[in-house]
Amino acid sequence: MMKWRQSAAALLLLTLTGIDVPAGDVAAGPGLGRPAPADLIAAWDTDVMPDGTGLPPGRGTVQAGEVLYRAHCISCHGERGLGDSGDQLAGAKMGLRDEWPEKTIGNFWPYATTLFDFIRRAKPMQTPGSLSNDEVYALTAYLLNLNDIVGPDAVMDATTLAKVVMPNRDGFVDAWAAEKGTTP
Amino acid sequence: MSDRLQSNADTGIPDAAGNGLMDRRLLLKSGIVFGATAWLPAASANPKPEGTPAAGFARPKWMREPGREFSAYGLPARFEQEVARFAAPNRVMRNNGTSWTPLHLLEGTITPGGLHFERHHNGVPDIDPGAHMLLIHGLVDRALTFNVADLLRYPLRSTTCFIECGGNSNAGWNRVPSQSQAGYFHGLVSNSEWTGIPLGVLLQEAGVKRAAKWVIAEGADAFAMHVSIPLEKLMDDGLLALYQNGERLRPENGYPLRLVLPGWEGVVNVKWLRRLELTDQPAMARNETARYTDLQADGSARQFSFVMEAKSLITSPSSGMVLKGGPGLYQVTGLAWSGRGRIKKVEVSADAGRTWAEAALQEPILPRAFTRFRIPWRWSGAAAVLKSRAIDETGYVQPERNALIAQRGRHGFYHYNGIVNWSVDEQGNLGHVYDEVAAERSGTPAIDADWD
Repeated sequence: MMKWRQSAAALLLLTLTGIDVPAGDVAAGPGLGRPAPADLIAAWDTDVMPDGTGLPPGRGTVQAGEVLYRAHCISCHGERGLGDSGDQLAGAKMGLRDEWPEKTIGNFWPYATTLFDFIRRAKPMQTPGSLSNDEVYALTAYLLNLNDIVGPDAVMDATTLAKVVMPNRDGFVDAWAAEKGTTP
Repeated sequence: MSDRLQSNADTGIPDAAGNGLMDRRLLLKSGIVFGATAWLPAASANPKPEGTPAAGFARPKWMREPGREFSAYGLPARFEQEVARFAAPNRVMRNNGTSWTPLHLLEGTITPGGLHFERHHNGVPDIDPGAHMLLIHGLVDRALTFNVADLLRYPLRSTTCFIECGGNSNAGWNRVPSQSQAGYFHGLVSNSEWTGIPLGVLLQEAGVKRAAKWVIAEGADAFAMHVSIPLEKLMDDGLLALYQNGERLRPENGYPLRLVLPGWEGVVNVKWLRRLELTDQPAMARNETARYTDLQADGSARQFSFVMEAKSLITSPSSGMVLKGGPGLYQVTGLAWSGRGRIKKVEVSADAGRTWAEAALQEPILPRAFTRFRIPWRWSGAAAVLKSRAIDETGYVQPERNALIAQRGRHGFYHYNGIVNWSVDEQGNLGHVYDEVAAERSGTPAIDADWD
């Protein structure tokens, strides 16, 4: 096992990759970490990345999603995602440049994959983590359809969802990259 | 302008700025007495003091009987019950929302643990530390888990810093100036001494692969809240905090483990931390795309705008208070902070920004931490507008509200750090006004987004 303090090469590597390691931090701790079992990582790592990495097997339709939406979501997000005590999800009448902009999935969210990730990890609010992957795909399909991103017959799965291009995909300015002078 | 300055007959020292702002050095002069600033609603809510010396100079009640016994964990005096957080939950999901630190009722710089602001997305989890662990995985040489008992055996380090929600002060974007008390408008910021393990120690133990650029941090709450953070911030000064103000973290502040990233917006200081995944790209999580991004006038949105820029706020006297003593001397005091380092200077104006005087800064002035400022002010009894502006060690000057809007538009929602104006009327009542009061009173709705 390589320790940073034992390896000038490692420190050089960090320097080359632009990570500034304050001298005081180089001192290693007592090394009490335990090897993480692969099944633990698999169970805990539910991240879905913007390129679709992490999307699980399964599939869901717009129709199935509407049924689930009515059961789990409508009480806060309202009829057809128009918003209530919870966010407005669809049906923006005002654009992002208008005097009273409405930010919805359809006109603001840059990646459709975020929708799957977020529903799976956080929804529904009363019983988070209770939806199956098929159900999450179905809700994703329904919400994308509400926002006119996919058609009424769309089926969402790991392949089709990763291919969805959101209208506001290029609507974000990376302030951190700008600050670091590394604008992509 | 020197013709606005008047000599103070009592001190012989010229005023430092117009409308009665005095030289900060007079704070050190013996015999200076300030008028009382009262927060009216609170004063009327106070229990009637017992033991008023009605019977002349007899021993008061609490000197004629033994005091109460010891307590396992002390509480504030019962006369201070109004010093409390103000909760603003979602109307249906009551565990989603914010609670605000009563900055206007506090002094010094350290926020008591029980008054630290809260932003929870789905409640405060009741985490058994014996059943909690931190996983570090992804682009590392070896994925590791750490249990809490083992983490407590690492060498610890303390840092005092503020944590400010990216959405703090966002009522400042409103068309109509909020009349909330200062803390219930600007109090999604608090300042604590955090003690924990430098993240670099744990990341180095796992072995950072060269391709790693980002860290996805995830909490163990019902929201499984996750965000992406540049790896270099964690390596520079990121702390895995276990203690806050000397005691283990409060549940509301991430017990048993939270990230503390000094100077960066609150959402990346992930509470209840359970997972750090090193990656070559950000996750584009909901809370770094749909939320915590700053919509600009041209329709684009600033993303990954982590650093909280310099800001200041007069906490007393402030909106809702009254200058109870009538015309005379008052102590103007407040807080300044910057996510980029130390506060270099705070300037105060009593004439709506025409002239400014430098306030005294309370030592120690720590980087990315609350700095307390004070300046004496002689109120003439006429209407006045009090302002403060912070200047940090990078030279950045806190902007006027109009300048901020010109730069960012009206719908940024996050990262509001404009100069705050407190108006004083002839009766000594304080309120909140914008520079162009009339033009702004359009009757349009308050802020057009909530905290879901």
